[in-house]
Amino acid sequence: MTPHDFDYLRKLLRERSGLVLSAEKQYLAESRLVPVARRHSIATLGDLVGKLRSGENSSLATDVVEAMATNETFFFRDKVPFEHFTQTVMPALIAARAREKHIRIWCTAASTGQEPYSLAMAIRGMNAALAGFRIEIVATDISAEVLARAKAGIYSQFEVQRGLPIQLLVRFFSQVGETWQIAPEIRDMVQFRSLNLLKDFSPLGTFDMVFCRNVLIYFDQETKIDVLNRIARQMPEQSFLALGAAETVVGLTDAFKPMTDRRGLYIPNAAKRVTPPSNILKFALKA
Amino acid sequence: MKTCLVVDDSSVIRKVARRILEGLDFKIEEAEDGEQALTACKRQLPEAILLDWNMPKMDGFEFLRMLRRMPGGDGPKVVFCTTENDVAHIARALHAGANEYIMKPFDKEIVEAKFQEVGLI
Ligand SMILES: C[S@@+](CC[C@H](N)C(=O)[O-])C[C@H]1O[C@@H](n2cnc3c(N)ncnc32)[C@H](O)[C@@H]1O
Repeated sequence: MTPHDFDYLRKLLRERSGLVLSAEKQYLAESRLVPVARRHSIATLGDLVGKLRSGENSSLATDVVEAMATNETFFFRDKVPFEHFTQTVMPALIAARAREKHIRIWCTAASTGQEPYSLAMAIRGMNAALAGFRIEIVATDISAEVLARAKAGIYSQFEVQRGLPIQLLVRFFSQVGETWQIAPEIRDMVQFRSLNLLKDFSPLGTFDMVFCRNVLIYFDQETKIDVLNRIARQMPEQSFLALGAAETVVGLTDAFKPMTDRRGLYIPNAAKRVTPPSNILKFALKA
Repeated sequence: MKTCLVVDDSSVIRKVARRILEGLDFKIEEAEDGEQALTACKRQLPEAILLDWNMPKMDGFEFLRMLRRMPGGDGPKVVFCTTENDVAHIARALHAGANEYIMKPFDKEIVEAKFQEVGLI
């Protein structure tokens, strides 16, 4: 792959998925794209970029974007966000939504499903408090490949040993040969959908809790700001956002503010809410 | 510094486990079977026990049951580490008082995750 090819690839990735690939990542790109080229019976990576440029094969571009995305995830990743979820977020939402008895949760970059399934298992563990509530978990990702794995809910022995307490493995998984499959009662709590965060996601509706973890880190500043601001618009008052350990809203947007003593947890900034109707009203009063 | 007793009849596994756990700041004791492990525990109870299942003389399951009946024997966190990778064995181990369960093959990441899970790190 020539430097020129690599530049083209970086531009394509950024436009299609927001992923920023730094200049020194050519080696990483090559190692991930060789299998893609092979699958499409393309001899060299130079040819692969040539085909991308010609635009003749759109599934190739999709495959390239998927191959370059980092899908690393595991059950109850970082642990603390899930403690915040059961100890802070859910009690607050149970009180705030006592009338509607409906809580909607969104995992924006769900990868192979460990994050939404961890939430579903956590919710199962707090059954009594949630009596009568309807809880929806919507899990999205740009990659069709990881979503297919997520929907199947089948994990290797290695995957179920990273972060998943053994009691939960015994309770919610069944063994299928060398693999472990999540129980239908947990799987059915999660709706998986394909979604690119760069595109309009307002049709998904509003969410009381949004997990947007370990995906913003791959975006440039502008994209991070745009995605965060658009997420804020999907969140009513008294709702929560969780970001990954290496992510923050600070310095990017004031649509959210960090919660004190709850690292990684943010709430919409009421003072900064853009609510067109009331603005119009103010304007009308002035006039 | 916390002590971890590594119980396994394979010297290779003991060596691998020692390297991983020393990296996590544990002081390591070793035992080759359940009997040796029990003797070690009578001398001094460790904070953690990494325990194989199949061993000559006394197996891990039997050792665990005896340990939990000893005075103070409910103290150590016991993490099974075994090739018995089926639900039935896991359920039996939990029932007998194991705190966590590692299915072999294992690596540093898994050991670290499981030790964190039971609050040892
Ligand atoms: C590192 S994983 C994070 C998984 C999980 N949230 C966690 O924290 O463990 C990042 C995921 O973001 C997805 N992704 C990358 N770009 C995306 C985009 N523009 N829209 C939606 N998902 C995207 C990738 O496909 C990948 O599955």
